[in-house]
Amino acid sequence: MSDQLSAYMGVDIGSISTKAVVLDPSNQILAQDYLWTEGNPIQAVKRLILSIEQQLPPDVKILSVGTTGSARELIGTILGASIIKNEITAHAVGTLASHPDVHTIFEIGGQDSKIIILDHSVVTDYAMNTLCAAGTGSFLSSQARRLNIPVEEFGQYALRSTNPTKIAGRCTVFAESDLVHKAQMGYPTEDIIAGLCHSIVLNYLNNVGKGKHIVPPIVFQGGVSKNVGVVKAFEHITHHEIIVDPLGHLMGAIGVAILARKQKQQQLFDFQIKDIDFRTVGVECGGCPNDCEVVCVLRKEQFLDGWGNRCPTGLVNAQKQLTNTVICGD
Amino acid sequence: MNTRRVCFPLMGSYPVAEKVLGHLIGDEVIMPPPITKRTLEIGAKYSPEAVCVPFKYMLGNFIEAIEDGANTLVQVGGGCRLACYAELQRAILRNLGYEVDFVTVGNGNGIGQIIRFIKKTYPKLSYLHICYEIYRAYEKARAIDEIEDFVRKNIGFETNLGSFERLHRHFLIDLDRAQTIRTIREVNRDYSTNFRLLDVQKPEKPLRVGFVGEFFVVLEPFSNFFIEKQLALYGVEMHRPLTVTSTVRNITFHDRYLRQQLALADPYLHHPLGAEGTENIAHAVQYAKQGFDGLIHVKPFGCMPEINAMPVLHRVAEDFHFPILYFSFDSLTSETGIKTRLEAFYDMLMMRKSDHE
Repeated sequence: MSDQLSAYMGVDIGSISTKAVVLDPSNQILAQDYLWTEGNPIQAVKRLILSIEQQLPPDVKILSVGTTGSARELIGTILGASIIKNEITAHAVGTLASHPDVHTIFEIGGQDSKIIILDHSVVTDYAMNTLCAAGTGSFLSSQARRLNIPVEEFGQYALRSTNPTKIAGRCTVFAESDLVHKAQMGYPTEDIIAGLCHSIVLNYLNNVGKGKHIVPPIVFQGGVSKNVGVVKAFEHITHHEIIVDPLGHLMGAIGVAILARKQKQQQLFDFQIKDIDFRTVGVECGGCPNDCEVVCVLRKEQFLDGWGNRCPTGLVNAQKQLTNTVICGD
Repeated sequence: MNTRRVCFPLMGSYPVAEKVLGHLIGDEVIMPPPITKRTLEIGAKYSPEAVCVPFKYMLGNFIEAIEDGANTLVQVGGGCRLACYAELQRAILRNLGYEVDFVTVGNGNGIGQIIRFIKKTYPKLSYLHICYEIYRAYEKARAIDEIEDFVRKNIGFETNLGSFERLHRHFLIDLDRAQTIRTIREVNRDYSTNFRLLDVQKPEKPLRVGFVGEFFVVLEPFSNFFIEKQLALYGVEMHRPLTVTSTVRNITFHDRYLRQQLALADPYLHHPLGAEGTENIAHAVQYAKQGFDGLIHVKPFGCMPEINAMPVLHRVAEDFHFPILYFSFDSLTSETGIKTRLEAFYDMLMMRKSDHE
């Protein structure tokens, strides 16, 4: 492999968007892409692999692959990933690569939000939103639709406001009824949007950031970080400078690519994967009343892997069901 | 009189011990069927929506046991909403048309009260017999707690995958067969030797994590998505102070125990929080002082005593730089979310540890 360039790929498959990067051993980005998941992670990853292949010089060999994000297990199985990591670790590792002194990471994505606290490059605390998606990207885009403004322009509107109106935080339902009320009272759209950005930040700091020591440098990432209105509101409320990395949306993928490089197992990645037919089927085990739904991935209609079972019998039964016999669990 | 077929709520491995008491008050014991998704589904269907999740599990359990032939159900009381469980479940089951007897044992006022209650309800039993049977049940619970404590601390380091679980299954079968105090103790002794003979590869300073929270979700692994085992299998020594044995001791020497726990929780607590809140804080403070790597706190969604404990735990975490991971369970929680948080917690503890060394 002497005359070939070794590289490592990280793929971050989120609910809304799918990201991939290819790094060389010194963490320089050789290829990257970002596209919408559109509810079909397998298809999204195939498109992503095609785009990555076209960007890479022919002498680059991908030695290992890592996956993260909510579809990490599925895509990890399909890509033959050597490492499958949770988003929190991946984001922390990725951010540390470009901001080694970072203390606080804010992350607001499509469906979730999290905060990661670091001390001397070590994650010391983290939190993730639990039951509620209030104040995440999906709430912002639904409100943008209500106001008939493209969500990409939301931030610019907020910046033009001189007198942000108060919008209730806490809960999407409260915020929405407050927003409708203020709009009907005749407040300018700019002020309402600025108020909304404000309330999202308050909601985030009160729920996810509750009890955490927020110390600069602060890096803000995830889709919502592209909204300057929210960035401004964060700066206003925390009284600290907020760093938004231009590669912020790729941090998870970068992190897991670094982790893929650091682990020992190497397996040459084959771009042919994008032409192979993959399919997932949910199979109910039927071995006991638990009826675990085992999600099976089929590669060219052959069983590749499955998960979702609470006992080993689940996998056996799922495989058997694809050939029609069931045994009982213990 | 009809045959009395007794069933009781399921928690962890304890049915083996509860069975002894079942035989005391009934002719037959119906072992509660293992908790499955169906248990939770029917439990949640007939429960008030906002009630805490142990209620839903227990109700589902009872309905499944009635389907298996149970006609006498045993429920306990306690220092929180648990005190209303029995009455509410009795009413719900009656409205559903099930003809069952409900035996509500105690409300956390000590063993003496439970003995008097059984004597009053079943006057034909002698005090001596009642005490002996309770002692036998206690010895079984103690065997379970002692063996499982060892399992918790070592299963993450086993060399032959599955060796601990296999032996644990045999242990429960043998414990179930053991009848006299002497044989129960023998089983306890034999298995604690056998478990120590299993091959483990344990680092000198493994990660140590405490596991505290509300009684039911701590003790019944299905209800907490088996997080104790999951975390242990990453290679963590798990410590769990809350067991049936500890609870029996707690209700027997209640006042002294509470004073003790308050002293251990000093200076974070001056008044008891109810249910397990006080001791959870005491344990958190102790674990933090002993240099544990982290703590997991679990509760059912809406559990008042534990909600009261949480702000205090935040404070302990801050003062000792002691990571605490909180989980709240209800009838609907995706497993993926729990796995993500647990895995991230483990990664964080590893990073912290290697940084310290």
